[in-house]
Amino acid sequence: MSELFGIPLPALYGQLVLGLVNGSFYAMLSLGLAVIFGMLNIINFAHGALYMIGAMFAWMGLEYLGIGYWWMLVLAPVSIGIVGIIIERLLLQWLYKLDHLYGLLMTFGLALMLEGLFRDLYGVAGQPYPIPEGLTGMINLGFMMLPKYRAWVILASLVVCLITWYMIEKTRLGAYLRAATENPRLTQAFGINVPLMVMLTYGFGVGLAGLAGVLAAPATQVGPLMGSNLIIVVFAVVVIGGMGSILGTVVTGLSLGLIEGLAKVFWPEVSSTVVFIIMAIVLMIRPSGLFGRQQ
Amino acid sequence: MSSSEYLRVSDLHAFYAESHILHGMDFTVRRGECVSLLGRNGAGRTTTLRALMGLTGRRTGSIMINGREVINMPPHRIAQLGVGYCPEERGIYSGLSCEENLMLPPRVSSGGVCIEEIYEMFPNLKERRHSQGTRLSGGEQQMLAMARILRTGARLLLLDEISEGLAPVIVQKLAEIITELKKRDYTILLVEQNFRFAAPLADRMCIVEHGEVVAEIAQHELAEKQPLLQEFLGV
Repeated sequence: MSELFGIPLPALYGQLVLGLVNGSFYAMLSLGLAVIFGMLNIINFAHGALYMIGAMFAWMGLEYLGIGYWWMLVLAPVSIGIVGIIIERLLLQWLYKLDHLYGLLMTFGLALMLEGLFRDLYGVAGQPYPIPEGLTGMINLGFMMLPKYRAWVILASLVVCLITWYMIEKTRLGAYLRAATENPRLTQAFGINVPLMVMLTYGFGVGLAGLAGVLAAPATQVGPLMGSNLIIVVFAVVVIGGMGSILGTVVTGLSLGLIEGLAKVFWPEVSSTVVFIIMAIVLMIRPSGLFGRQQ
Repeated sequence: MSSSEYLRVSDLHAFYAESHILHGMDFTVRRGECVSLLGRNGAGRTTTLRALMGLTGRRTGSIMINGREVINMPPHRIAQLGVGYCPEERGIYSGLSCEENLMLPPRVSSGGVCIEEIYEMFPNLKERRHSQGTRLSGGEQQMLAMARILRTGARLLLLDEISEGLAPVIVQKLAEIITELKKRDYTILLVEQNFRFAAPLADRMCIVEHGEVVAEIAQHELAEKQPLLQEFLGV
């Protein structure tokens, strides 16, 4: 069997694919966080909890209502988006003029409550969620066996990220969004309903988290803590990528997933800290992140 | 009260947090008229325009635009009534290209200047339409800030210090454009530091001091009221 530095190649490829799968989740989640921060000035600590609820919704849909994966892929993000809009109207809209700290504390508290609720209902142990029909099994690529579901997650998240990028950078709605992010008051004085856009942006951002949650459900155990495990790394990804560029955020998410995967093979001891080491280095060299605009 | 009155501001007070900036502004602008607010720095002219757009803090009093009370309306609703605002700092977005800046404000009524005519009026903007908005020169940015509100069909234009810091040839061009807009029956409220720019364009001038209008001079009274101007503006 062929090897690289004593590592069997199939194992290496396997970790790389797993890294890309994780990177796909990082990309989708950090994209939502960056868009929300740009528009609402809120560091959305509830993002991980809403990702978890996306996965829980998928599981509950199947368990209680018999609604399958493909329907939940649409229904869960939409419901999470609506939950987000309610959160924005009830809680967040009062915080925009205050220091970032208030938004962070509010959404952190919210995350604890949502996680607590689901922990109370379902306990901490994860629930298994079956891989949907058609995506089970492997594809033989010749040099490795690629699990179909992992390929699907990578592909789906790439498509979602590209659509988001196109919407923000190339459409009229996206121009409104960029303008409102840069100068909300003036944008409103041009006749654009900025408060409505802010509300929809939050709904969209957390909807992305919900979608990531459904995609994650068959790939991991669906449990109340799956969000809080992930979100800290995702915040590090946002810090490394910087807030300036959509594509930058996506590329950063995928690359850090890959780097983590490589670390698991070559230096397993640092694999869970490598993202934070990179964050520290990036902060020393470029405090506004790799793709961030220097203020 | 004239039926052709387009903007009536009565006893307008405006605040930024605790600071009380406008102390009962009173003035009117008739349809198709160009009125200039003159005054020293800090007199409250820019704040008046911002208050009209709903961009200050608390406001009291009354602002009637084309017969509608707007004092409690949010900025986007005021803009949708047909008000175009060109801010003092120009407000060109760095995250948008020149053309995206131009196309940003949604149409508020039919009859705006069409894009071909805008590019005819401002050929530079066509040449630089793919450049980042803030890469344009100061003069180009000012043209862009003006052009952007002409496209929307707004009939009341609030122009804040549009001649500030620009080369004489560009100031001349802006004066030509305002003359043309007057011919097309636009209603214009012009805030200006540059008396020489405003004097020939304005049908009337309101002199603002300490957040209120202290004197009003019609175009034909300019010569006789020169001493008054001297006293208030030092021109």
